[in-house]
Amino acid sequence: MPSNKGYSKKLLRNFLNPKNFGEIKNPDAVGKVGNPTCGDIMWMYLKIDPKTEKIKDIKFKTYGCAAAIASTEQLTIIAKGKTLKEAEKITMKDVASALEGLPQIKLHCSTMAIQALKKSIEEYRKKKKNGK
Amino acid sequence: MKVYLDNAATTKVDEKVVKEMLPYFAEQYGNASSMHIEGNNAKNALEKARKIIANSLGAKTSEIYFTSGGTESNNWAIKGLFWQHYPKKDHIITTKVEHDATLKTCKWLESQGAKVTYLDVDKEGFIDLKQLENSITSKTILVSIIHGNNEIGTIQDVEAIYKITKGKTLLHLDACQSYTKTELSVKYADLITINSHKIYGPKGVGALYIKDGIEIVPLIHGGGHEKGKRSGTENIPGVIGFAKAVEMANKKEVKKMQELRDYIIKNILENIKNTKLNGPVGDKRLTNNVNISFNDIEGEALGGYLENKDIYVSTGSACMSNTLKSSHVLQAIKLNPLQANSSIRISLSKYTTQKEVDYFLEKLPEIVTKLRRLSPLVK
Repeated sequence: MPSNKGYSKKLLRNFLNPKNFGEIKNPDAVGKVGNPTCGDIMWMYLKIDPKTEKIKDIKFKTYGCAAAIASTEQLTIIAKGKTLKEAEKITMKDVASALEGLPQIKLHCSTMAIQALKKSIEEYRKKKKNGK
Repeated sequence: MKVYLDNAATTKVDEKVVKEMLPYFAEQYGNASSMHIEGNNAKNALEKARKIIANSLGAKTSEIYFTSGGTESNNWAIKGLFWQHYPKKDHIITTKVEHDATLKTCKWLESQGAKVTYLDVDKEGFIDLKQLENSITSKTILVSIIHGNNEIGTIQDVEAIYKITKGKTLLHLDACQSYTKTELSVKYADLITINSHKIYGPKGVGALYIKDGIEIVPLIHGGGHEKGKRSGTENIPGVIGFAKAVEMANKKEVKKMQELRDYIIKNILENIKNTKLNGPVGDKRLTNNVNISFNDIEGEALGGYLENKDIYVSTGSACMSNTLKSSHVLQAIKLNPLQANSSIRISLSKYTTQKEVDYFLEKLPEIVTKLRRLSPLVK
């Protein structure tokens, strides 16, 4: 049974009214993680200021439960405006505590969101190295 | 508007049922085993209820044993027959689409020496009669099958099944979902599990029909209630409520649910793209069950958005279960994990109104559109 019980008000707000979802046109990088078998798929789009390496814009798409959607939304809120180096340091705990708690069984959702961000940053660095 | 569409999980207790039960809490609270008049009153009430339930199945009163519900009845039928016959016989046949009360009982019995065959089902959830026939051996103790599937609504052809099992082995039906909603008779089974809270009766009470002459070891030992087969002081208010609920069941409300069910299915499949009905259509589907996969949307997310609109459904999604595995029933009908995780179950009751259904159908498309915009799977 789906249940919005057991989720914090903050998490539900993020889940029901996410602001940063969607695509960025011509993104500087996209990080894709997930596995349909276990349930969650997350894509993270980045727009980076090449001089400062700050995240100018960040958007996401998530196939997943309430916790998965809310976690990706929360991570984009935290990451926006940060430099890539700062963004890489964001932890699962940062996301969970900003959400005012995550049920134990849903902790993997915030881990996945972090993986999606890391992957998009990796992709950006790879592109840059290759001079694209 | 609150719209409760999770009636396969449980139903609202009918107020007439509550009224019928009330005197048995604080006025006629006797123990049916006591020899005095108070006990006798309780005993009479108990036997009256037993008669009503026996009649509903075409059974004799001596064949109805009250239990604490569907889970206990399934456990008893399977474990009781296993211990009755083991080690002379050690084989059990069941299906891949059972309720956990059956599935986990069988899994546990495997650790106790049982050999279990789990029958496959086709895309609509029906078992293969040939496979059933071929699976029965001289060691087979029983075949345990869910009559009306709790997730996808498939109603098995029990008449054909009983033709195969009769004389060779025993047939136990789990009829928790189908009881009072479709034809169910002891003509086509040796044991039948039924329960009360799916049919507007109280929780915590059910029954097991056991055909006279079948020997079965008790699951619960004690003071020798229910002819020594199921001990424990009888739950008189529960049994009274159960019987009242059975008495009130009628074809009119079944037909109403069926019409609303078909209306919902038609509306969703026609108006929302990339949707798929799970389970069969028509008379072979439980009258109150709808199960639909919405491509590219996770079931719990859909359920959560619906809950936000005060609409309550259920999902077979992996994310909701403690194991993070999607429903074994949806896997058995060969849905891929994405389709299984994208399903919701809508189950109706006699109280479900056209107005409620229309409210649900009005909110659903906008929610689906929003969640699909959120989904990386939509190109």
